[in-house]
Amino acid sequence: MTTKQPLSHLDWLEAEAIHILREVAGQCSNPVLLFSGGKDSLCILRLAEKAFRPGRFPFPLLHIDTGHNYQEVVNFRDQRAAELGERLIVRSVEDSMKRGTVVLKSVDEPRNKHQSVTLLEAIEEFGFDCCIGGARRDEEKARAKERIMSFRDEFGQWDPKNQRPELWNLYNARVHKGENIRAFPISNWTEMDVWQYIEREKLELPSIYFAHQRDIVMRHGAIFPVNVPLSNGGVINQPKTSEEVINMQVRFRTVGDITCTAPVISDADNVSKIVVETATTTITERGATRLDDQTSDASMEQRKKEGYF
Amino acid sequence: MTTQHNDSLLRFMTCGSVDDGKSTLIGRLLYDTKTILADTLNNIERTSQKRGMEAVDLSLLTDGLQAEREQGITIDVAYRYFSTGTRKYIIADAPGHEQYTRNMVTAASTANLAIILIDARKGVLTQTRRHSYLAHLVGIPHIVVAVNKMDLVDYDQATFEKIKADYLAFASELGLAQARDIKFIPMSALNGDMLVDRLDNMDWYQGETLLEILEDVPAAHSEQAEQFRFPVQFVCRPHDSANPELHDFRGFMGRVESGEIAVGDAVTVLPNGYQSRVKAIQLGNTPLQSAHTEQSVTILLEDEIDTSRGDMIVKTAEAPEAVKQIEAHVCWLSETPLSPARTYIVRHTTRESKAKIGTIQYKVDVNTLEQQATADLKMNDIARVSFKLAQPLMVDSYDKNRATGAFIVIDESTNNTVGAGMIV
Repeated sequence: MTTKQPLSHLDWLEAEAIHILREVAGQCSNPVLLFSGGKDSLCILRLAEKAFRPGRFPFPLLHIDTGHNYQEVVNFRDQRAAELGERLIVRSVEDSMKRGTVVLKSVDEPRNKHQSVTLLEAIEEFGFDCCIGGARRDEEKARAKERIMSFRDEFGQWDPKNQRPELWNLYNARVHKGENIRAFPISNWTEMDVWQYIEREKLELPSIYFAHQRDIVMRHGAIFPVNVPLSNGGVINQPKTSEEVINMQVRFRTVGDITCTAPVISDADNVSKIVVETATTTITERGATRLDDQTSDASMEQRKKEGYF
Repeated sequence: MTTQHNDSLLRFMTCGSVDDGKSTLIGRLLYDTKTILADTLNNIERTSQKRGMEAVDLSLLTDGLQAEREQGITIDVAYRYFSTGTRKYIIADAPGHEQYTRNMVTAASTANLAIILIDARKGVLTQTRRHSYLAHLVGIPHIVVAVNKMDLVDYDQATFEKIKADYLAFASELGLAQARDIKFIPMSALNGDMLVDRLDNMDWYQGETLLEILEDVPAAHSEQAEQFRFPVQFVCRPHDSANPELHDFRGFMGRVESGEIAVGDAVTVLPNGYQSRVKAIQLGNTPLQSAHTEQSVTILLEDEIDTSRGDMIVKTAEAPEAVKQIEAHVCWLSETPLSPARTYIVRHTTRESKAKIGTIQYKVDVNTLEQQATADLKMNDIARVSFKLAQPLMVDSYDKNRATGAFIVIDESTNNTVGAGMIV
């Protein structure tokens, strides 16, 4: 018996994620990496660099734009893809709305769940057989049972009762035409691991992750950002007349659709302060910030069944 | 939670049923290590009240999917995480019932330690034997037998000692006691005795608490002095690069499944048997002098060798066999039974081969451990099976190497993973 120096937890998680990315590259003929500009997908970009440099990534990047994204994040997304010299494909929910494949119940309805439609359209358009995503098992209980390589049928549906067993590190990404795999290289990471990795790798992030002044109102017990400018020149999240607009120091723990992603009060203006804050917070990442997960006990499970990543 | 960087990672699994307090044990570990945050706790407080319970039911923390709640059962392996600041933990939480043998095998495949729960009032049961057999079969090196619900037997030392003796007798029969590191611990997951905190109900027990055991157990994937095995996942040839230095770059990308490699080592690429030396090792663009088990790296060789995904780089002095026939313990995972007439795909490391079933020697009754003759295999069956392969595989026995001794069986028509194999 030898006593080898074990890998630190970040080195181990990194090595596992690189292995998963290379399995995707080795097994799939036309994969794509979902890239939103958010912190989890930025970690995956760094992992892809470590996995494939000095070569190019064996997949393009794809963003499903809801049209409800923070400008800072969209700009950052474009900048990062350009720096890496990798191909970025953007497909927008608004185009799906124009085609009539996404029909909103109301104009300002959160569009997170409609991303599924646009994603499935993009999968069909390009013939992708695997989408690499940044989902983590610690995020939500429907994710705790998610495979690292998760099988989706022709309709993009996730069937929790009919998932492929996943043993050792022998992943099975085989699909028939029309079916696809969702691969999650950072499944085993927690929010804390992500922040520690960002700190260690000195990754740059969109500015809205750091403490900044912002107009907010209190709505349904949550902090709700108001008067947010959109990249098309419009403004979203108008306060109601009965609501008092307050200017506060906040930051986002997660970035998503402006209409359903709430910031938290924070003075953490750099990564090491965020690591400390993450260690001492009493609220889960989604509990604090994702208004769309709070509608029912099983809302994530439901959306995943419908093709959400 | 703490901001410190954990210096290692341990994967472990829990075996037991809800009745043994498995969910409570996991809930307690998460709660006492302060992994549970206030909103989650509020949620389970509300649910506990709704269900008419007085105290917070920590087992609700591992409550699963809607589909499972509707049926009141756990149908799948769930993964949970906690961290102590010195170590990060990944728990594979597998349902314990007999029909879920496949889930237990799945959870065990990546675990370095198994906690086997025994109800102090009931002692060693059939399911204890089943769990122990499976943990042994799947090669988990460290076993913790947790005698739970000690509060319900007045924290009686004699009860604990009796169960320990019973278990050891059975484990010796199985060969488990000789092959594995087994530890016993009396506990009450409900009260928290001997999990994270020692408390003062069992002064007669001077051994480690559960968390102390978890913190001390070796983290490495295996502590055996294993031979170097590097299955090639992907070959990097950046020929479109503007950088002329990269024109001849040919990097073999993969994860060190076992052993160590250093720049200058003599290597052989299997199955072709080409020999060369390691010119460089890289992680991304960073050069390394050496790499060891579980590191994902890129290896460059001194000679130009035609190598592709599915090949294996090994040290010349310690090459494994390339075989076209294998004998294995197989756990059948699919609702569709194994059909001995069909051709399957075997995936071993990064390599695939078509495979025909040779013979099914016997299947094992996981409760009595009796060997029985059989013509086919149904879901959750465990059997000894021989396979004939179309392509050679570079294998070690599973006992020697969990990475190069394991394979999965894939059904070509559905692409489903239908079997898990451990090479004898």
